[in-house]
Amino acid sequence: MFSGDEMAALFTEMGITHVVSIADSTIGPWHPAIERTDGLRLVRVCREGEAWAVAGGLYLGGATPLVMIQCTGLFESGDALRNILHDWQLPIFSVIGYRSYLNQTTLPGDTCLVFTEPVLDAWRIDYRLITAPAQRDEILAHYIACRDASRPGAALIAEGKA
Amino acid sequence: MSDATERMSQMDALRALHAVRHAGDVIITSMGAARDWMVLGAGPLDLPLVPSSMGTAPAIGLGIALAQPHRRVIVVNGDGAMLMNLGSLVTITAAAPANLVLILADNGVYEVTGAQPTPGSPAARADGASVDFIGMARAAGFRSLHHWSNAGEWERHIAHVLDGPGPTFVLLDVARVPGAVGPRSPGPAPARASELRRRLTPQGDGSEASYPRTP
Repeated sequence: MFSGDEMAALFTEMGITHVVSIADSTIGPWHPAIERTDGLRLVRVCREGEAWAVAGGLYLGGATPLVMIQCTGLFESGDALRNILHDWQLPIFSVIGYRSYLNQTTLPGDTCLVFTEPVLDAWRIDYRLITAPAQRDEILAHYIACRDASRPGAALIAEGKA
Repeated sequence: MSDATERMSQMDALRALHAVRHAGDVIITSMGAARDWMVLGAGPLDLPLVPSSMGTAPAIGLGIALAQPHRRVIVVNGDGAMLMNLGSLVTITAAAPANLVLILADNGVYEVTGAQPTPGSPAARADGASVDFIGMARAAGFRSLHHWSNAGEWERHIAHVLDGPGPTFVLLDVARVPGAVGPRSPGPAPARASELRRRLTPQGDGSEASYPRTP
């Protein structure tokens, strides 16, 4: 849906300093563009729970981080995001890949489609579902609204393959 | 937990750190270390990680170290928490912040829940052998590695260890504290987070950055 250069440009426009991420087949191809963009640093973590904590530390240190993971990693990282987003109330924004949303033939019955949005609701993460490139500015607007309100938020990016 | 027969008390280990830390250091402590650090007196830039998500202290320290590359960040973690997030050793060395020190206080048990042995403790392992935290850290890419069981030796070397280029991994064999309880939060977490960020950002009134060391 988006190229790496488009996402890197968007993150730059958002004022992001660090992208804390684990790759999936949609997010991973964005990494090289993020790495070569001045002002952005890609921080690779080993599991998604780490991502929220690294981003939390970056925020405490004055940076403007963003977490970029797949929805499966969202499932994995619940306790860490609970602590960072809700106990400490750090307003970390995230970009979350929505596996199988645009292609439900590769993994028929993929339960990511069952659980992703209810889990985001359960964790009280205000998200926008992004299913088309034309919604690019909707990500930016949602980020600005969350930043100005000092609360966490997410862009849920529909993915085309598992 | 190593099979060292001599063990320092965690309080002595932390007292040595307390004595040599700089005002501009950020000290992050978790679980029992957070409890004892608050007894010794946490500074305005310190983060006793209470409440916590167990295992995330090294990752939070990594984030602060990356955001504040001229400030020394010291994380004191327990062995149970370390085992919960061993990948953080690899994440840290991938980013390789020279200003980060990770101290692992190994007592072999989940202390605050009643001293049940961790899976890394000889008492809980089928072969009765110790896991090798130094070996793990070395394999993960740490090049600055240190291990002490004796408080006096730790006190003699600590300043040199902390001043060296990191990322640095320190394993301390510490004694169990019978009947130990978990740490209590020193105040509302959101307000503490806001205050710490304010102190650490250029507009804040935090103490001068501490790293790299200057003569």
